Amino acid sequence: MLPDELKNKLRKMIAGAESPREKAIDVMFEIQELQGWMSDEAMVEAAELLGMTPLQLEELATFYDYIYRSPVGKYVIKVCDSTVCWLEGHQRVVDYICSRLGIPLGGTTADGLFTLLPVCCIGYCDRAPAMVINKRVFGELTTEKIDRVLAQLAQTADFSGWE
Amino acid sequence: MPVYPQVLFKNRKPDRVATLDEYRESGGYEAVEKFIGGGIAHKEVIRLVGESGLLGRGGAGFPTGMKWAAVPDSSPFPRYLVANCDEMEPGTFKDRVLLHVDPHCVIEGMILAGYSFSASKAFFFVRPSYESGALILERELENARRAGFLGNRILGTDFCFDIVVHRSGGRYICGEASALLNAIMGKRPNPVKPPPYPTEKGLWEKPTVVNNVETLANIPHILRNGPQWFKTLSATPHGTGTKIYGISGKVSRPGAVELPIGTRLSEIIEQHCGGMAPGSKFKACLPGGASTRFLTGEHYDIPMDFEDLKKIGNRLGTAAIMVFDQNTCLVGATLNLLEFFARESCGWCTPCREGLPYMRELLRRIENGEGKEEYIPNLRLLCKEVWNSYCALAPGAAEPVVSLLDFFEDEVRQHISEKGCPFHAKADH
Repeated sequence: MLPDELKNKLRKMIAGAESPREKAIDVMFEIQELQGWMSDEAMVEAAELLGMTPLQLEELATFYDYIYRSPVGKYVIKVCDSTVCWLEGHQRVVDYICSRLGIPLGGTTADGLFTLLPVCCIGYCDRAPAMVINKRVFGELTTEKIDRVLAQLAQTADFSGWE
Repeated sequence: MPVYPQVLFKNRKPDRVATLDEYRESGGYEAVEKFIGGGIAHKEVIRLVGESGLLGRGGAGFPTGMKWAAVPDSSPFPRYLVANCDEMEPGTFKDRVLLHVDPHCVIEGMILAGYSFSASKAFFFVRPSYESGALILERELENARRAGFLGNRILGTDFCFDIVVHRSGGRYICGEASALLNAIMGKRPNPVKPPPYPTEKGLWEKPTVVNNVETLANIPHILRNGPQWFKTLSATPHGTGTKIYGISGKVSRPGAVELPIGTRLSEIIEQHCGGMAPGSKFKACLPGGASTRFLTGEHYDIPMDFEDLKKIGNRLGTAAIMVFDQNTCLVGATLNLLEFFARESCGWCTPCREGLPYMRELLRRIENGEGKEEYIPNLRLLCKEVWNSYCALAPGAAEPVVSLLDFFEDEVRQHISEKGCPFHAKADH
């Protein structure tokens, strides 16, 4: 199921490690880069490449925040809900994004573009409230800034020009 | 605003990362040239760092020289170094800023640390939301390799050492040293109770040292300028070096500032953060991240150093100062903290897995006006019980709860007697 080109790239990555399992997260990140999430088929193939059983890989996949075992949107919006963002109004940010995208927390838009999730402290407390979209962070959020980010992603699928 | 010597932030630019050339112009890589190029004994590196009194900047404050010296001379090879850039303690963002200011300072520190106990490989462990930092580091590692500071036979010597960036899948527990090692090896990152310590049996059963990013960044400066110089940087007689304080919450200018360690909290807030936010009055702060105790106005002038905070039963932790004002409900803040800890528990041991959600539930009921008097002794009991867990996560989670009950019991009781949150109407959350 995984394209040969990707498999070769992953094999090369794994060959450079001290032990194959060390690359488990990198391998899953690469697969998600291509297909967005870790399907059951992808889990089996990835585990084989890593010299692990699918169950051993499952232990990792279900443990980490940035590995998805069900389909997610092209952009996964994670709004920080830890202390400083809480203090600076993270709930308003969540409510605004929910109403703007018409989805609840945990939901995905019908066009498959956006998923909204909570996340714990992302280390941008000096720019609270903050959110991370596919490993890209946006801080000092206002409704205007959220509008601009979402509009740009929806139209051009491009992150450029942001911090 | 008082101005102090900048060591780690010497090359700080308003809008970009310092380059390798800029780092070298400021004295960068001189320590690698002198100690590694000059063939000075490994033990001498450990001795100087030990003498400097540098305490680990990741939260626990363990003496760095002592940690390196804990790798037995007779222990096998290869030996590994891990730079811990997981930095998931709520409120903490100093290592992120450091990485964006002067990445070579971290890289040179890693090379020297590796040299001190003859490591051949280092992992730079970094969380997903710091991907921009990971990319900066990968780019600058390549520049360091090209300049001959990294890789095979560094500066023509027999010392071979390289650094790889290891990306985390994102969980708080990965910052705990033993869990971190499991994470790197591709195992479920549960903490492991020592002994054996990682310095004896760490990654793949080989000696491994785990250091915080800011700790490592101090090494080149200590070795270039000497331990005595490092001691003079402190604001207190007992402290050593500078400290990056990360201030957030209700201040005018949140951010990371480098100050003499032991600078008073009042000075940090008033002189270096533009004072409290407009309309805000200081109520309390968490002085060193989520697993420290609320610090009240009574200690507003405290020197922010390991020893001084210990004296009042608190901890410097990561020196991530989260400031709360008169409109902050501290029951709500503590509930939010417990929400974090309960969610981030790895679930391996019972006191943490079961105890933290229990505490969260009691706090939630109090905050929502369903609290009862007996919840207060119950919470106190749970704060003790969670010490029976494997690692420091749950005892850390108990810290804000204990201090909420010690210093703000009236506020807790008010929630219970008024059957609701007294701040709810006026707070913006």
